[in-house]
Amino acid sequence: MTGPTPVLEIEGLSVEFRTARGVVRAVDDLSFSIGEGETVGLVGESGSGKSTAALALLRLVSDPPGRITAGRVRLDGRELLSLSDPQIRKVRGRQVAMIFQDPMMALNPVFTVERQIGEVLRLHLGLSKREIFAEVVELLRLVGVPAPEERARQYPHNLSGGMRQRVMIAMALACRPRLLIADEPTTALDVTVQAQVLELIQSLKEKLGMAVLLITHNLGIVAETAHRVVVMYTGQKVEEGTVTEIFDDPRHPYTRGLLEAAKWEGAEGGALREIPGVVPSPFEMPKGCSFHPRCGDVIPRCRQALPLLADVAPGRPVRCFVAQGDV
Amino acid sequence: MPPATAPMAVNAAAQLGPVLEVRNLVKHYPIKSGLFAEERVVHALDGVTLSLGPAETLAVVGESGCGKSTLARCIMRLEEPTSGSVLLKGADITHVHRRALRPLRRHMQIVFQDPYASLNPRWSIASLVGDPIRLHGLAAGTARRRRVAELLETVGLGAEFLDRYPHELSGGQRQRVAIARALAMQPEVIICDEPVSALDVSIQAQVINLLKRLQKEFAIAYIFISHDLSLVKHISDRVAVMYLGEIVELADTHAVRERVMHPYSEALFSATPLADPHAAASKKRIILAGDVPSPVNPPSGCRFHTRCPYRKDVCTEKVPELRPIEGRLVRCHFAGEPGFPPAMPASGQVKKGVPG
Repeated sequence: MTGPTPVLEIEGLSVEFRTARGVVRAVDDLSFSIGEGETVGLVGESGSGKSTAALALLRLVSDPPGRITAGRVRLDGRELLSLSDPQIRKVRGRQVAMIFQDPMMALNPVFTVERQIGEVLRLHLGLSKREIFAEVVELLRLVGVPAPEERARQYPHNLSGGMRQRVMIAMALACRPRLLIADEPTTALDVTVQAQVLELIQSLKEKLGMAVLLITHNLGIVAETAHRVVVMYTGQKVEEGTVTEIFDDPRHPYTRGLLEAAKWEGAEGGALREIPGVVPSPFEMPKGCSFHPRCGDVIPRCRQALPLLADVAPGRPVRCFVAQGDV
Repeated sequence: MPPATAPMAVNAAAQLGPVLEVRNLVKHYPIKSGLFAEERVVHALDGVTLSLGPAETLAVVGESGCGKSTLARCIMRLEEPTSGSVLLKGADITHVHRRALRPLRRHMQIVFQDPYASLNPRWSIASLVGDPIRLHGLAAGTARRRRVAELLETVGLGAEFLDRYPHELSGGQRQRVAIARALAMQPEVIICDEPVSALDVSIQAQVINLLKRLQKEFAIAYIFISHDLSLVKHISDRVAVMYLGEIVELADTHAVRERVMHPYSEALFSATPLADPHAAASKKRIILAGDVPSPVNPPSGCRFHTRCPYRKDVCTEKVPELRPIEGRLVRCHFAGEPGFPPAMPASGQVKKGVPG
């Protein structure tokens, strides 16, 4: 399906949470892959399961209440879900790194920048103290932090939001990972700083040949940085395609709605096209297609049966009866 | 212009003039770092002047720390401005006593960004929306409840929401409640401080459509504070771009859609990701270096000069005026010169967008 050799392959991943009100399936039979040097945008609104899926790949979903109930996750051909705890710990931070929305939450406020980044180098690469300082300075320079020697000795509160995000990226890149998972990496940043950080991720990806999984609700960011797009709704993949296929020719009504919302589409001065209603509660999933109560294209079958993913064109799986022409 | 001493004369007198005027508004926050340290100030707002016509939407855009929320708070008198004045329908309200302010607030309401924080979780929707009606003594008992139900209806929520609590509502529904609460006073002006940025993408359009419909129905003027420039282009009549406490460009939205004239506006608009891979591939993208400078020590001369890709010597020395150029206001020494801002500065900081 992808041109380059796959770095990450996910097949049929399902994650459930046991709660007082019952079992919730947060990720349902999710499959996709990312090739070397490729960026895949994982798109969906809050509650769509995109962050849970990312956490599950690294087995970071806490059990209980969460549980990976099915699926396979391979990194460079190696199965991750069956690894022992010490083995998966070596994968985290070393081969797969993650950056989050809020750098203040991910950085320890009582450690200097050097100590934060150095920790990764000490743990995974076993560098000496002197080597660590040199490497930290080098990494800070790589992510474009000015005066890296001084910054290395500072604490997170001394840094601006953009600088913190750069430090977190430097930390993520410390071991030259094969896969970078960026979960809403710029949502907390201003647009001009967001542009800097996206540019940075882009150029580092090219330099280091990483695969990038970009999780975001911002379709503008996806349009500017991703090669392929996976759209999720209520835990399921509803559509996948290359970035041009998704933006030029969205097939799932939900994808179309998201695109219209992102472009603020509608007649000038007239009303915007809107997606009516709200994302259903996981405890009150509608019967049939989970999008049908909000869908403009709904046919009787949507209310009764759950559509499966089927290719509407080569490499274009869509989960919709209408798009599949199965009317 | 009515004299500033008649603040209570807020009525039909100035119907055709602007509903709201802000003149040379300044807000400085003093910060003391020690007993003998020299007193320093945060220049949150430095001489902002603007006006808002009836049923008009004026967007205020800029990055965090540019002063846009301070502006909103000073207009609402939630903060006392250091100097300058705010005129509501021609009457100066800047120095009106707090108690005299309450009747004036009927004309001007605010909707905040986070509907999770702005609604008291212990109050039912009926009391949340009914509270302003009670405070102003407009209706009581069943009449009040009927009015609240009517307001909820107006914002697209049924009467079944009356006895629910905020935690039972989704983000979009909460923002509708906040809007109903603002509408209760039939205001002429609503300040919307990032009203949809905390909401899910699929819900944002619903709330924006609601705001536009209400504007048409009740002739409400909005000051619309936002960092989402594509939304601003859609919803506003005019756009004010702010940087470090100052307006750097103020123009009609249709003019902004064609081009912007201040280098900061240019950078801001070019940094906004477009949901269109083709446009993204061909657009000129300006990546500004560095962060917004500290408002404690704003840069000399033009405040934007530290990040401006077109900086010349004069920019570090001379403060540019906000001056009229081709029907808009721009604070830049070079704006209006032919071919400015240039397509490619010598420093090479302008990059072609690279798709994927």
